[in-house]
Amino acid sequence: MTVQQTDATTRTAWDGFKGGLWCNTIDVRDFIQHNYTPYEGDAAFLAGPTERTAEVWRQITDRFPEERAKGVYDVAYDVPAGITAHAPGWIDREKELIVGLQTDAPLKRAIMPYGGWRMVAGALRTYGYPVDPQLEQVFTRYRKTHNDGVFDAYTPEILAARKAGVITGLPDAYGRGRIIGDYRRVALYGVDRLVEAKRAEKAELDAPPTDPARLEETIREREELAEQIRALGELKEMAAGYGHDISGPARTGREAIQWLYFAYLAAVKEQNGAAMSLGRTSTFLDVYLQRDLEAGLLTERQTQELIDDFIIKLRIVRFLRTPEYDELFSGDPTWVTESIGGMGTDGRTLVTRTSFRYLQTLYNLGPAPEPNMTVFWSPQLPGGFKEFCAKVSIDTSSVQYESDELMRPRFGDDTAIACCVSAMEVGKQMQFFGARVNLAKTLLYAINGGRDEKSGAQVGPATTPVGGAVLDYEEVLARFDEQMEWLAETYVHALDVIHYMHDKYAYERLEMALHDRAVRRTMACGIAGLAVAADSLSAIKYARVRPVRNETGLVTDYLVDGEYPAYGNNDDRADSIAVRLVEDFMAKVRKHPTYRGAEHTQSVLTITSNVVYGKKTGNTPDGRRAGEPFSPGANPMNGRDAHGYLASALSVAKLPYEHAEDGISLTNTVTPDALGRTPEERVRNLVGVLDGYTTCRGFHMNVNVLDRDTLLDAMDHPEKYPQLTIRVSGYAVNFVRLTHEQQLDVIGRTFHDAL
Amino acid sequence: MPDPILPVHLPSRSASAATPAAAVTRRPAGGMFHSWDLSTGVDGPGTRFVAFLAGCPLRCLYCHNPDTWHLRDGRRIRADEIVSEAAKCVEFIRASGGGATVSGGEPLLQPVFTGELLHRFKHDLGLHTALDTSGFLGTRATDALLADTDLVLIDIKSWDRALYRHLTGQRLAPTLDFARRLADLGKEVWVRFVLVPGLTDAVENVEGVAAFAASLGNVTRVDVLPFHKLGVAKWRALGLDCTLADAPVPTGDQTAQARAVFEAHGLRTV
Repeated sequence: MTVQQTDATTRTAWDGFKGGLWCNTIDVRDFIQHNYTPYEGDAAFLAGPTERTAEVWRQITDRFPEERAKGVYDVAYDVPAGITAHAPGWIDREKELIVGLQTDAPLKRAIMPYGGWRMVAGALRTYGYPVDPQLEQVFTRYRKTHNDGVFDAYTPEILAARKAGVITGLPDAYGRGRIIGDYRRVALYGVDRLVEAKRAEKAELDAPPTDPARLEETIREREELAEQIRALGELKEMAAGYGHDISGPARTGREAIQWLYFAYLAAVKEQNGAAMSLGRTSTFLDVYLQRDLEAGLLTERQTQELIDDFIIKLRIVRFLRTPEYDELFSGDPTWVTESIGGMGTDGRTLVTRTSFRYLQTLYNLGPAPEPNMTVFWSPQLPGGFKEFCAKVSIDTSSVQYESDELMRPRFGDDTAIACCVSAMEVGKQMQFFGARVNLAKTLLYAINGGRDEKSGAQVGPATTPVGGAVLDYEEVLARFDEQMEWLAETYVHALDVIHYMHDKYAYERLEMALHDRAVRRTMACGIAGLAVAADSLSAIKYARVRPVRNETGLVTDYLVDGEYPAYGNNDDRADSIAVRLVEDFMAKVRKHPTYRGAEHTQSVLTITSNVVYGKKTGNTPDGRRAGEPFSPGANPMNGRDAHGYLASALSVAKLPYEHAEDGISLTNTVTPDALGRTPEERVRNLVGVLDGYTTCRGFHMNVNVLDRDTLLDAMDHPEKYPQLTIRVSGYAVNFVRLTHEQQLDVIGRTFHDAL
Repeated sequence: MPDPILPVHLPSRSASAATPAAAVTRRPAGGMFHSWDLSTGVDGPGTRFVAFLAGCPLRCLYCHNPDTWHLRDGRRIRADEIVSEAAKCVEFIRASGGGATVSGGEPLLQPVFTGELLHRFKHDLGLHTALDTSGFLGTRATDALLADTDLVLIDIKSWDRALYRHLTGQRLAPTLDFARRLADLGKEVWVRFVLVPGLTDAVENVEGVAAFAASLGNVTRVDVLPFHKLGVAKWRALGLDCTLADAPVPTGDQTAQARAVFEAHGLRTV
């Protein structure tokens, strides 16, 4: 059956598509399944960059040195952001194929005060821009922000835990992000059809609820739907400013990219989310591009050019942030994560030619951290795609891999990653982002009866400090359990407060307009310092750890006699401790009620904050010195893995995904020689490594293929390496934009060399 | 500077070379073990479990594992223990397309132990097996051991006999004999040749190894390994004097030239 529609525009737009449920309900997955063309071939068909592409990209890269030197290129300091707040802007109006910028000029950042005024004012002062007194008055006197709301409702306990750094990185002063609008809907249906569907959803809520428990939620949902409808209207208006009428569906491949991009652009014009991910768009767009190719409307070169131009836009998404934020998550990340590849539940691969074209941009435009290219890996993927992914990884270090085999059974085959490792079904699921707690520090609290090892302040509950000249494993475990109970309760409640206020004061109306009404919500908790905590417990169990107490009885150091098995050697003695910590903390988190009934999940992910967490944590019983960085994500501690990075990866693969469904991050950095002696062999071997890790139930792997000498040279001569990209725990950064400390951390981290 | 021709500065070479056979025959299911690794692309095809055995009769000037020279550098271990360590990686290795390699040190210093490991890697775990050897003790490899070996990685360090002795402290002939025996058995072999500028890179030397390797008929690949200094720190840590600490590493051109010599003989090089 092909599409038969009465409406003339829609008929043209959908001409030649196979019909299905998607014609009558908003269902992008159904459209893809009926219409996409799996591609099982290799990369030979791909086209290089055109002169036009190179020229547009050059106009952007020419601005990078100034941006790097100043921290920002420019700021629209006097206009609060919104979908229609800024006049249209272009890089090069004559040459651009896909149009639209966050403000009226490229790399010019917007201010987004609804998350919190202090962050905006602080950033403006830092970068030498005026703080508009009228705006300051509006956002401090008349218009309450998310940040104000959160601090009104935080408890003293939450404040103390936050100050001590046992709970950190909370999205209480910045946008929570990690919500992926189904931007494809705008291309497939046009805005008007989406508004109509939202009106129908709202009408379902017109009857006053008889159940008192539904009362508040019903009113809130109605208000939210009204906001969503308003945002869709503004989206149309914004697109009209660029001369495009997106009320109807896209009719060509170019329009499909443009409509989809406008929808994403509206989201990043309004929300400074911690991660503003794109979703899973390549195979969707391929349907349109394939139709145009078959109709002779596009050549491969023109098709690639459209994708290149789109990717340029995604590379220049910018947010105004403070230096403190950058210290946590440096390199100006935006996590424009795009999920590529994977297998369908019907056994067909979801790889299309456009999946290749997205990755090809890393050659056509050079390596880059954004968009965060994320390949859904399965041993079942077509060989040609696997080899191309491996080659791109080896050449650019710009790709991360996540297990399609773990995600598909849980979230289906239209799942995308938000941020680094957080899987969610596109348009049907969102998360309440919750940063993470510091488990290593919590272990120190357990030993010290809830007192902070640095300040001596009573932060956790006052439990009996662990006594004796040598730490007893069972006793430490019992105390640790008590502190974790407290931590889980305090933490989940902090997240409840944050997300209540975020919904109230900084609601993501456009992103949520591109979700179903009945959205599945998760409460995404997280843990940091897993390796330090596991190794510390292993040391206490298998070696002799003698605490060193100061004059107030506070344990501030540890003397370790003897050897202990360390996490990261495929040794169950240590790995089982890490597994147990993940399970235990998850079990404790699940005990506490969540805002809007969100399902509890957790991640083992730090991004680059492992450096800051380390700074805030005293000496630990594993022999780590105070202030030293933690390992990133779920990585074992640097230098303690004695059997190579793959044995280390097998330890990480033991962490149970069912108790960490928000993702488990592993970063590997290898020299080219550690993958083989010839380019072909390296490709084949990296494919093997990814197949092996996925088969062993590993979830995520960042792959960096780099020489230490290159990084050292880049530290000394950043100007020579403007595009040097390195993957760091779930995202990629320009190496030269990391802080000095983080650069040293990356270089100091085990370089897995072949001898 | 000590005269490199006379290996008097090499520590306890006689002690380590004299006793091993007796040591291993008493305990057939075990031996002296140095360490294991799970690594990719260096010790045979794919990702491999690599068992490094302790003890080596050679004292190569460019050795990057001087910490494996002596049997006493290892710890006594039962083969069971190593096989069960490898078993924990088998799912990964199978999915990634690799195998298991017995390396060292010189694994044939402990032929019974090595044979046991190869046999069990191949038959208990179902893995592709490789033996990484200098060939100097090739006579100790039984036919049964070789039957359990899918691939032999053999180092032919020099064609010039005097240079071989200078480089390793030992004779070249046993290695060549072993290589011929492998050819007679039709066993797949990868030849390794370490290129040290000013030492092994003379055209006639490379040419000799290449002609020999090509004459065998069972050599499917030649690894021309550019000399590197990553092992120098280990020499220092052991209080040893690495005479090549200041030697130059080959340029890309020098390595390419050496490869060209092998390729001219119809050999595949990497």
